[in-house]
Amino acid sequence: MSVLSELLIIAVGSALVSNVVLSQFYGLCPFLGVSKQLKTASGMGLAVIFVITLSSLVAGVIYKFLLVPFNLEYLKTIVFILVIAALVQFVEMFLKKSIPSLYESLGVYLPLITTNCAVLGTALTNVQEEYSIFYGVVNGFATAAGFAIAICILAGIREKMRYNDIPKPFRGMPIVLITAGLMAIAFCGFSGLL
Amino acid sequence: MDLSAMLTAVILIGILGLLLGLFLGFASKVFHVETDEREEKIIEALPGNNCGGCGYPGCSGLAAAIVKGEAPVGGCPVGGEAVAARVAEIMGVEAGSGKRMVAYVKCGGNCEAAGKKYDYHGEADCRMAALLPGGGDKSCAYGCLGYGSCVKECEFDAIHIVKGIAVVDKDACKACGKCMAACPKKLIELIPYDSEYMVACSSKDKGPNVMKACKTGCIGCGLCMKNCEAAAVTVSELVAHIDQEKCVKCGVCMEKCPRRTIVNEK
Repeated sequence: MSVLSELLIIAVGSALVSNVVLSQFYGLCPFLGVSKQLKTASGMGLAVIFVITLSSLVAGVIYKFLLVPFNLEYLKTIVFILVIAALVQFVEMFLKKSIPSLYESLGVYLPLITTNCAVLGTALTNVQEEYSIFYGVVNGFATAAGFAIAICILAGIREKMRYNDIPKPFRGMPIVLITAGLMAIAFCGFSGLL
Repeated sequence: MDLSAMLTAVILIGILGLLLGLFLGFASKVFHVETDEREEKIIEALPGNNCGGCGYPGCSGLAAAIVKGEAPVGGCPVGGEAVAARVAEIMGVEAGSGKRMVAYVKCGGNCEAAGKKYDYHGEADCRMAALLPGGGDKSCAYGCLGYGSCVKECEFDAIHIVKGIAVVDKDACKACGKCMAACPKKLIELIPYDSEYMVACSSKDKGPNVMKACKTGCIGCGLCMKNCEAAAVTVSELVAHIDQEKCVKCGVCMEKCPRRTIVNEK
C-alpha cells in the first residue's frame, strides 16, 4: 500500500468513521457548550484544528526524542498535559503579537481548549497506534477536522431548532443531547466506508 | 526498586517544567502587547453578560471602543446610569445625561380587539407567519402576531405575550434592542422610561379598513394632533405618533381619541 493511500485511510478513519466526538466521546464539553451559533462553532472548530495539529507534532517530537530514550514512556500523560498547556499559552501570546486578526477570530476558544480531552486524547492515540510523527500530525489534523464537522452540523441544527415547538421537558440541553445521539447513529453509517 | 529510574523521571520532568516555565516567562516579555489599563478597569465596571446590546461583540469589545473614543461612556444600555458614571470616572470625563429608555410595542390589538383572518398551524414564530399572504393570520396586517419571536430573543425576561400581543415589562427592560430586531412588523421602539402617553397602533391602513380589522386601531383622524398644545403629536401615513421629548403629559390626546388608541401606561 502506498504512503498516500495509507494516509488517506487514516484521515478518513479519524475524521468520519471513528469521529472524535460522535464515536469516541472526546471533547463533548465544547461540543455541547459552544454549538449555539454556527459562527462561534466554526471559530471553535478552527481553533481545535489549529491546536490539535500543532500539539500532535510537538507531543510526537517530545515522545520520540525525550521519553523513549530515557525509558519514561509511562509518564506520557503528564508530560503531554504539561507540554500542550504551555504550547497553547505560547501560541496565544505569539498570535496576539504577530497576527492580531487571527487572535481576534479565535478569541476565547484558544485558551478554552488548552486542557480539552480531545487534544490530549489525540496525542495519546498517536502513541498508542505507533504512528510516526508525520502520520501523527495527519491523524491529528483529520481528528480535529472531524470535530469541526460535527460541531458545525450540530450548530446548524440548533440554529433551526429554536423555531420548533419542542415539548417542555425536552427544551434546552435534553433535545441537544438527543440530537447529538441521532447524529452519532447517523455517523455509524460511515463505518462501512473502510 | 530502581532508584536511578525514579531519579531520572523526577529530574527530567522537573527540568522540562522549569524550561517551559522560563520559556513562557521569557515569551510573555518578548510578545508583550501594550494594553490600556483603563480598558481592563472598564471591563470590570461593565455588567459582563456579553449581551451585545451595545452593538459591540461583548463587554470587552465595548470597553475597547470606549477607550478608543469610538463609543460613549454610557454606551452600555444594560448598566444604565450607574455603570456610565463609573466608566466616566475611569475615563476622567463627565457622564452624559444617560436617559433610561425602554422598549414599547406599538400595537394594542389584543385578542379582544382584533381577530384572525384564517387559521395558522405553522411554526410558532412571527418571522415565519409574517411571510404568509396578508402579512400573517392577524386581521390587521400591521399588528403584533403574538407568536413571541421577541420573547425568545429577550435575555432579561422583560417581554411577554399577554392576551395575544407582546407587552414589555418596563422595569425589567434594559433597552438592548434585540426584540426590535426580531419583530418582522417593526412594532417595537425605544421610548424614555418616564413616558406616559403612547400610541398603541402602527397601522398605515385607511380608516374603514382599520375599523374592520381592530377595535382600537388608529384611523389617522388627526384629532389628537389638533388638540395637542405642545405640538408633540403628529400624524403621518395615517397613524399618530407622539414625540416623547415634547410631550407635556397633559393627556388631552388620550381624551380626544375616538378609537382609544392612545393609552396611558405610566
